[in-house]
Formats: sequence, structure tokens, C-alpha cells
Amino acid sequence: MLSIESVDAYYGLFQALFGLSFSISPGETVALIGSNGAGKSTLLKTIVGAVRVRRDGVRLDGRDVGGDTEPQQLARGIALVPEGRRLFGSLTVLENLQLAARNGRAGPWTIPRLMQEFPVMKEFQHRPSTALSGGQQQLVAISRALVCNPNYLLCDEISLGLSPLAVNDVYGLLSRARGDGLAVVLVEQNVTRALAESGRFYCIQKGRVALSGKSADADHAAVAQAYFGM
Amino acid sequence: MLIALETLIGGLMLGALYALFGLGLSLSLGVMRMINIAHGDLIVLGAYLCSVVMQMFGIGPFLSLMLVVPLMFVIGMLLQSLLLNRVVGQGTLSPLLLTFGLSIVLQNFLQETFSADTRSLQAGDIALRGFDLGGVSIGLLPLLSTVVSVIIFAGTSWLINGSHLGRQARAVADDPATARLVGVDDRNFYALITGFILAVIAMAAVLYGIRTPFAPTSGPERLLYSFEAVVLGGLGNIWGTFIGGVVIGVAQLFGAKISSGLGPFFGHLVFLVALLARPEGLFRRIQR
Repeated sequence: MLSIESVDAYYGLFQALFGLSFSISPGETVALIGSNGAGKSTLLKTIVGAVRVRRDGVRLDGRDVGGDTEPQQLARGIALVPEGRRLFGSLTVLENLQLAARNGRAGPWTIPRLMQEFPVMKEFQHRPSTALSGGQQQLVAISRALVCNPNYLLCDEISLGLSPLAVNDVYGLLSRARGDGLAVVLVEQNVTRALAESGRFYCIQKGRVALSGKSADADHAAVAQAYFGM
Repeated sequence: MLIALETLIGGLMLGALYALFGLGLSLSLGVMRMINIAHGDLIVLGAYLCSVVMQMFGIGPFLSLMLVVPLMFVIGMLLQSLLLNRVVGQGTLSPLLLTFGLSIVLQNFLQETFSADTRSLQAGDIALRGFDLGGVSIGLLPLLSTVVSVIIFAGTSWLINGSHLGRQARAVADDPATARLVGVDDRNFYALITGFILAVIAMAAVLYGIRTPFAPTSGPERLLYSFEAVVLGGLGNIWGTFIGGVVIGVAQLFGAKISSGLGPFFGHLVFLVALLARPEGLFRRIQR
């Protein structure tokens, strides 16, 4: 169980989260929806330690882990796929994966397995990661987080700017990861897709939870109201 | 003709030493995007440390490296984690100011401790020995320093391009925030890199101290040669730094042949002309 307990988060003097609480159980998929600047990415950054919060702000399996660094959270099994993919341009695709695999935890996701499941990745493994299409880059970015063998995978806007076909590939990879029992936090602009892929959702507005519940029961009018704040 | 050849070979060997000076600067620029103004003074510090260790144990300069290299490694790690990590990634000005201050502190510390007199490291007769190759005389010591330099460059290049350490270095250089997400602790990694840089500096310092007398204020000149090698070769390109150092070395010796005081001037002149012709350096990140 990973949870955020009434957290305030700041960028310098600017406050991005206001007493926000959030939780996700092992194996669950939770969607975060909300407009740009609502605080979704900040929430993910808070969980991995890129934005610092108080010690008891982040709890993992009953332990306070807030304020720890990204490498520490990675070692505990929390990995973030950052917005915009952010592959290392000076490294080849394979090197991107090798770096993460070596620093991450041991587990079922290995580079050979990913190469086997995605033969297309095997073809471009020796290319610089910047020489790929957006969809291919996103697959590599998710793979880079997967080879760390996390229990909780946080995905920030993984379908942004991709063709519909590429989006399907990306979600295909994600559903395989979920099949292995990974818990996934999904930040997604496409509300319909987010609700279809998730078990529960949080709608975030101006750094606060405006609405939350089971995705299957989500009332679109209520979600739209929470989304736009009208 | 033979004199020209001899000058060329001498220049190549001197340049290999300059390249070794530049390697550390190239790494700190390439990985941390930081220019260390105290680089030259750290070279001089390394030379003094060797001198102290040699006196204490009555050993030769090369044997003293057994102690000085690990010592400099530790100094580097402490320097980075206690001081330099505060300014890495804070723009270009803060690291410049901090290391400029560090340079002044180091020079004064050395002057206070060792006085302003020049010193040199006595290597015994290895410094004087040489051999004749088809009429060209080659000194054993310059040859040795060239071999050491090439080995260190080859090793560093292999580390950067083919090892986990190198993948971390390139990832951190690309994007420190994302490197943290894949488990690279950038601050600790910087400390490791600076430790490595100072270990390389220790080796360069011995080869330098045997060859040339040094004083507490010799640092800035070393920095200048290092800097010219790095910029000439193209920023962030390791073998470029090697070639850059060699070009400066050759230019200096040919300049000194024309008039004995003109050596450094010719080095700077070649640097200036090369920069005007190719402002991005001779080799632009061909090699990662």
C-alpha cells in the first residue's frame, strides 16, 4: 500500500498541492485526471522524491518514506516514467535499459524478456535513443522503468503526442506489466481512456482532490465538472 | 630536417602531458558542466604532496604515487561532496566564482606551507636517460609520460563508452533529474568523478614535477594549458582533448626553437588561430 497523507508541496514559494491525500494498493490501477497545472505531475514527483515533502507525507507499507531521494524510492520499488519520455540522448536504446536494469531491482522484467516481447525494440537497440519515433521512445521509456522491477509504476502522460496506433502499443505494454501484478498510477489527458484502463480514479483540480471513486461508476458530467472546475 | 623531427617528437611527448592535465578538466566539464578554475592549483598541490611523501619515506616519485593517488582521490571526493556539490547545476557563474576562490586559497596555503621557493621532484637518473632512434634522441622520461598518458586516456575512454560507470556519467551529463529516476545518485556520482579526476591529476603532477620545477603560483599556467587542450579538442570529447594537448605541445616546442622565450606564446597563438577557424573546437563530440 502506497499512500500520500494530506501533503502540501511547493516549488519554491509556489504551492502546487494543498493537503492532498491519495492511495494505491498493490496490483491496482489508479488514474489521475485533471487539467494542465492541476498538480498531477507534482503528485507523482512527490511520491518518487523529486519534490520534497515531510517524512510522514509519503507512506509505503506502513513506513514513512517522504523526503527520501529518487534512488532510494526506486530501491523500494517505486519507478516513474517521466513526462516527455526523457531518454538519455547520449546512450543507445540498449544502454538506456542496461543503466536502469543495473541500478534497479532483480525481478521478472529483464532486458532479454523485453526484447523478446518487443522484437521491434531488438531491431533498434543499438540506435541512439533520440533517433526513434515518439511511440518507440515511449516504449523504451516504459521499458526502462520496468527493468527496475518496481511494485508501483507511475506513468506521466505516456500517450501524449503519440499516434493512435502507438498509443495502443504503449497501453499493450502496460497491460502486460499489470498482468504481472504491478500497481500502476496513470496520469492521462484522455479521460475516457484513463477511466477505461483504471479501477479507481482521482480528479485533481488546483492541487486538491475534486472527485474520486470507482472508474466504472464515474459519472461523466460530474467528472467534467470536477475537471474544469465549473 | 632532423632537428625538426626531433622537435616534433618532443612536442608530441610534451603535448601528451598537457593532454593529461586537460583530461580532468574535460571530464568535469563533460559530466558536471562545471569549469574548475582551481584545476591547475590542484596539479601543483599533487606535486607538493608527492614531494612531501618522497621526503617522509625516502622514496622515489613513482613509488610515492602509491600513496598520493589514493590521497588525492579522497581529497577529490571530499572537495566535491563538501564544497563543489553546492554549486553544480547552479548556472555557470557560481562554479567559476567558487573555484576561483578555491584557487586563491590553495595558492596561499601552498605558499604558507612550502614557501615561495621552486621545487622539483628528483627521479634520479631516469630523468636524464634517453636513447637514439635513427639519429633522433628520445628522452626516457618524456616517452614514459606519453605512454602513461595514452594508457590513461584509453582507459578513461573505455570507461566512458563501455562500462556501467560511463553510462551513468553520460546519463548524468544529459539530464541529472532523469538520471536520478533510474537510480543514479548524482551528488555521490559527482564526488566519485572528482575523486577520479584528482587521481589522474596526481599522476600528471608527478610527470610534471619531474620535468619542470614548480612553485605555489605555477597553477594558473597549468590551468591555461589544460584549458587550451580541452577547448581546442572540442568540449566533452575525450580524445579531442588528447589531440588538443598534443597540438599545443608541438606548437610550444617549435616556438621555442625559433626563440627560446616564445614557446608558450606560440602555443597560445595556435590556440587563437584554431579557435578563429573552428570556434566549436577541432573535434565536435564525434565520440560520445
